[in-house]
Amino acid sequence: MSLPDDHASDAGAHGDGHHAHDDGAGHGTFKGYATGFILSVILTAIPFWLVMGKVFDRPSVTALVILGFAAVQIVVHMVYFLHMNTRSEGGWSLLALIFTLVLVVITLSGSLWVMYHLNHNMMPMSVHDMKNMP
Amino acid sequence: MSEITASAPAGAPGASASARFYLREEHHPENGTLLGFWLYLMSDCLVFACLFAVYAVLGRSYAAGPSGADLFDLPLVAVNTSMLLLSSITYGFAMLEMQRNRLRPVLAWLAVTGLLGAVFIGLELYEFAHLIHEGAGPQRSAFLSSFFTLVGTHGLHVTFGIVWLVTLMVQVSRRGLGPENRRRLMCLSMFWHFLDVVWIGVFTFVYLMGSLP
Repeated sequence: MSLPDDHASDAGAHGDGHHAHDDGAGHGTFKGYATGFILSVILTAIPFWLVMGKVFDRPSVTALVILGFAAVQIVVHMVYFLHMNTRSEGGWSLLALIFTLVLVVITLSGSLWVMYHLNHNMMPMSVHDMKNMP
Repeated sequence: MSEITASAPAGAPGASASARFYLREEHHPENGTLLGFWLYLMSDCLVFACLFAVYAVLGRSYAAGPSGADLFDLPLVAVNTSMLLLSSITYGFAMLEMQRNRLRPVLAWLAVTGLLGAVFIGLELYEFAHLIHEGAGPQRSAFLSSFFTLVGTHGLHVTFGIVWLVTLMVQVSRRGLGPENRRRLMCLSMFWHFLDVVWIGVFTFVYLMGSLP
């Protein structure tokens, strides 16, 4: 959509009512997609290797490391595949993303926090009680 | 526009009035569809966040049944992940060909993307059938209920993405790469890449962390 000849044909066909190519939405390049793909392959392969090869002795270390890789890979996808930047749609898509991330963090951390304490404060129950539950 | 020209001095030339008209119009969003679709994706993101929260709370409640370490077949998940990742870049190639205005390559890359998506869905259905056959269906434990809900919702999204993709292929082959079809292809591009982003969370949080002892 960013090609000049395309612009001319759009303007010819639709008059001045069509401005879709000026909205600042990022358009991909081959280099961008290739970079994103190679980074994603690396960032996917390492967590699988860490878990399947049992590289770390402690599972908690593995869990933290693969969560870190996932976070980096999500950013890579956002930048190279979804073309997120501060300028797209005049900054509104980034604002919506930040707002959503705040809600996601509240949802996830709040659920875990509340439910952990709820489980913690439950009356202890034996396996025998468990089997006789309705 | 009419009130601007009405308030302008009577002797003003028409050119200045039309220049004012364009200044006014520039404040409107120029492509509202993409922003609106982005907002839909963000709300979809909240749906997945809730399902991830459910899995985070219930994911270790096995009810004396099988755990993730017993059930998950990580090589199969790795193949599935590579299918979705490959389909992301082939969709990217389709978008690049769309920018070059070449109809045939766009359709070819879209077809490859759809095939990779179909393989992904096929492998996921095979995995689900295998789990249910082993007695590890969604009714077995809270862990499996939340697992099937989260992964199944993602699979349903991919299925609808494939339906949308086939519809767009028919539309593009009949009507060509007009501005409307370009807009639709860009929306589906965002949807498809978004599903890949969600899958990063699924394979890390559900499969890999679920396989840890």
